[in-house]
Amino acid sequence: MFNLSEKNKKFLVPIVSVVAGFLVGAIIMLVWSYNPIQAYGSMFSSALGNMNGIGETIREATPLIFTAIGFAIASSAGFFNIGLPGQAQAGWITAIWIALANPNLPKYILLPVCIIAGALAGAIVSGIAGVLRAYFGTNEVITTIMINYIVLYLCQYLMQQIMSPKLRVDMDATKTVSANGSLHLDWLANFFGQSRINAGIFLAFIALLGFWWLMRKTTTGFEIKAVGLNQFASQYAGMSAKKNIIVSMLLSGAFAGLGGVVQGLGTYQNYFTQTASLDIGWDGLSVALLGGGSALGILIAALLFSILKIGGLGMQTIAGIPYEIVSIVIAAIIFFIAINYVVGLLFSRKAAVKTPTDHHPTSTQAVTLGKEEQL
Amino acid sequence: MDLITTLALIVSSSLVYSAPLIFTALGGVYSEHSGIVNIGLEGIMTMGAFAAVIFNLTFAPVFGGVTPWLGLLIGGLAGLLFSLLHAVATINFRADHVISGTVLNLMAAPLGVFLIKAIYDKGQTNNITANFGYFSFPGLANIPFFGPIFFKNTSAPAWLAIVVTILLWFVLYKTRFGLRLRACGENPQAADTMGINVYGMRYAGVLISGFLGGIGGAVFAQAISGNFSVSTIVGQGFMALAAVIFGKWNPLGAMGASLFFGFAQSLSIIGNQLPGFQHIPSVYMQIAPYVITIVVLVAFLGKSVAPAADGVNYIKSK
Repeated sequence: MFNLSEKNKKFLVPIVSVVAGFLVGAIIMLVWSYNPIQAYGSMFSSALGNMNGIGETIREATPLIFTAIGFAIASSAGFFNIGLPGQAQAGWITAIWIALANPNLPKYILLPVCIIAGALAGAIVSGIAGVLRAYFGTNEVITTIMINYIVLYLCQYLMQQIMSPKLRVDMDATKTVSANGSLHLDWLANFFGQSRINAGIFLAFIALLGFWWLMRKTTTGFEIKAVGLNQFASQYAGMSAKKNIIVSMLLSGAFAGLGGVVQGLGTYQNYFTQTASLDIGWDGLSVALLGGGSALGILIAALLFSILKIGGLGMQTIAGIPYEIVSIVIAAIIFFIAINYVVGLLFSRKAAVKTPTDHHPTSTQAVTLGKEEQL
Repeated sequence: MDLITTLALIVSSSLVYSAPLIFTALGGVYSEHSGIVNIGLEGIMTMGAFAAVIFNLTFAPVFGGVTPWLGLLIGGLAGLLFSLLHAVATINFRADHVISGTVLNLMAAPLGVFLIKAIYDKGQTNNITANFGYFSFPGLANIPFFGPIFFKNTSAPAWLAIVVTILLWFVLYKTRFGLRLRACGENPQAADTMGINVYGMRYAGVLISGFLGGIGGAVFAQAISGNFSVSTIVGQGFMALAAVIFGKWNPLGAMGASLFFGFAQSLSIIGNQLPGFQHIPSVYMQIAPYVITIVVLVAFLGKSVAPAADGVNYIKSK
């Protein structure tokens, strides 16, 4: 009845995981006597109920698309890049700094320079981990995490001690970039109810196309995937594992850096003190895992998580439920993605039993999975 | 500042910062020897810190000075429960160990803050009243030179951690349980053939790491941070993981590495009290622990080898 092919599983797993993740959130809310229906209702209505909400949701998704692409490229090569927050932060401060230092350059020069410099900054940060991995075999999970903290403190130092005081408002924030260095578009922001949506979303679409083209149509993409699948076989076939490790980490960091650039030049228009690793890094990681590393998957997952995050703010105000439930739901979704083996298992059991009443496998799955979570 | 005072300051603050790392790293050693990579230690520490702080705030009037020690147990139990997620996912459900561990890390801080908000209606807790403070060993503290440095006004949890390390080293290398646990991390097929319950052993490894990681978080909360917020545990779990690798997956090595990382961390705190360190910009002291961790991993790699089946799911044939 349900012979779950790999192809179907690719679609079913994310859907089941999302439903199950929402259920986990609902259960936690019920335990603490919050009303989950009111919570999710207010969440979706504030994220999608008006033009400003939609604009903000798209704006929130923009950097996530970049960081998710960054994670997906490294992941194809078999690397777990959790340095996305630091790489994005490096891109952010670099782009803002250059834009502030050259406010009068014409836009068609300044903007591309800022964007490219931000990507380079991200690539340099991730490149360190790539080189260490390629030449010393150092575990990239630990190096990238440690580099996140190093970047966090260094950026603070750079802004407060090295950056010219003329570029800062006070010790905790820089001035706003000039119109020549900004991704802000009046007509777009006006159309979406004065939200902070910006030209970054167009760059994100270009990035998605570029990512698809890179992984599907180029030798570089092919080699990255080959090294990820079997390092020894690809080496035997004449590919350099070292080169591909470094290339994939550089590309990964460049995209993560771009995530920081659109956050800086698009959303905030300045740089300000960060007290913890950037959210766009962690969320990008979740987006890539949910999206299964494909361009379309990343787009959909980025929009979904942005609905949660923007809607969560409305939910906190309207329903009085702590915003953190959003992050719990996202983490739960990724948990179900991780245990996707169970989804396959449950479906194949159904096929064996062949009960005619089983019309709604998805919802039954989700309930079962929700219970697992409560272990 | 004379020599003894300076040394005493360095040793005692290193011990204070090492204690959480030692407990957590020991947990990592046990989990990885059973064959399960546990990068969720950070999240486990967070849950341990969270539970210990809640317990401490609630029960300090009842238990008085014993509260932080009971808090360790509570934190350990919270970590154990939380690690159950990782155990189920990796052992029964064949999840990727790194992704599952990441879920613990993504989940812990928001869950803690959500519950804090649900209970106290604010984003971070009050400061606890019953913390570990400083402890002087009666008798030992009076030994000339060594007494004031090692045994006077020192960290009691750190000395407990050192004792536990020796105990866990003995269990891992000198008992039947330890041999079986290591067998499951080296060659689960062979272990299974010999009648060892691989899944059971791996559960033991992960749950022990959950308990110890929870204790690590509880020590940090009750000896260093004093409260719980989203930024209580920032990287200590990953540092403990680095200590596992640097320590070559050996409890004694992991302890040594943790002491070293604890020293590096404490430098950024006490640096401005030490002669010669005052003029170094604080940013260098802040990033030092993280830079040192990377340098140490790069410099000592190749000499340390993980258990052979570490991170590999074992699928029992029917």
